Amino acid sequence: MSTDTPADLVVPSLQAHTGQGLGTGNPADALVVEPARARSKRTPRRTRTNFEMLAWLFMRLSGVVLVVLVLGHLLINIVLDGGVSKISFAFVAGKWASPFWQFWDLLMLWLAMLHGSNGMRTVINDYAEKDATRLWLKGLLGVTTVFTVLLGTLVIFTFDPNI
Amino acid sequence: MPAGTLYRGREGMWSWVAHRVTGVLIFFFLFAHVLDTALVRVSPQAYDSVISTYKTPLVNLMEYGLTAAILFHALNGLRVVAVDFWSKGPKYQRQMLWSVVGVWVVLMAGAFYPILQHTLRTWFGG
Repeated sequence: MSTDTPADLVVPSLQAHTGQGLGTGNPADALVVEPARARSKRTPRRTRTNFEMLAWLFMRLSGVVLVVLVLGHLLINIVLDGGVSKISFAFVAGKWASPFWQFWDLLMLWLAMLHGSNGMRTVINDYAEKDATRLWLKGLLGVTTVFTVLLGTLVIFTFDPNI
Repeated sequence: MPAGTLYRGREGMWSWVAHRVTGVLIFFFLFAHVLDTALVRVSPQAYDSVISTYKTPLVNLMEYGLTAAILFHALNGLRVVAVDFWSKGPKYQRQMLWSVVGVWVVLMAGAFYPILQHTLRTWFGG
């Protein structure tokens, strides 16, 4: 049966049980959600990027790095040495006197904001059903993310302990 | 039994829900936290006065809650990475979730006094 079926024939998931095209013959295939786009030669060029795969990969790579950066940040700032009691302008000045902690906080800021922003993008895509709502929410998210990352970066680079 | 019922309503689904809820909470805190830290560019007094609200009992308790959210998101995130990249990950996803919960309980118990000591000392002296 499969020998006379064109390799690139894609049937709707509801017909998957007929054994045509890419269906497996499993009745459960009728419950499978159709892929967002089929990878065929007719797929428009502008959608042929790996953005979603790269975003998926970024979430995992940045996530592993953030586990170290964020848990280390919590440990030093609110767990060890008296907890939150010790936090003050002088504490921040002491930390940012070292390029090591400046780099730590800069990397944490960028990775956490991009990781969080991409997570929020997923949440918006999942729950905002109207095209216009999704567009506005993602626009607001983008503006907020750029503003926050730039503000934080500026603060780290222009910090003045003698202000 | 139709496909999917082993996921729906079980550990896989609830860990996904918890991951999403904690992620959104952490994102909103992160936004506020960058803004409050930016006050170091205004003046030491402006920064210290906002930081003093972080030392009140209610906000101190919220820091413990934030730590709980971050710790779950971090540990469960490592589980998601294992499910995606380790060949036996999907098979052991349930066991890994209960390991995450176990480690989370132990670390949260250990963090209880260190994080809340400011409030506990304010209330009970010492």
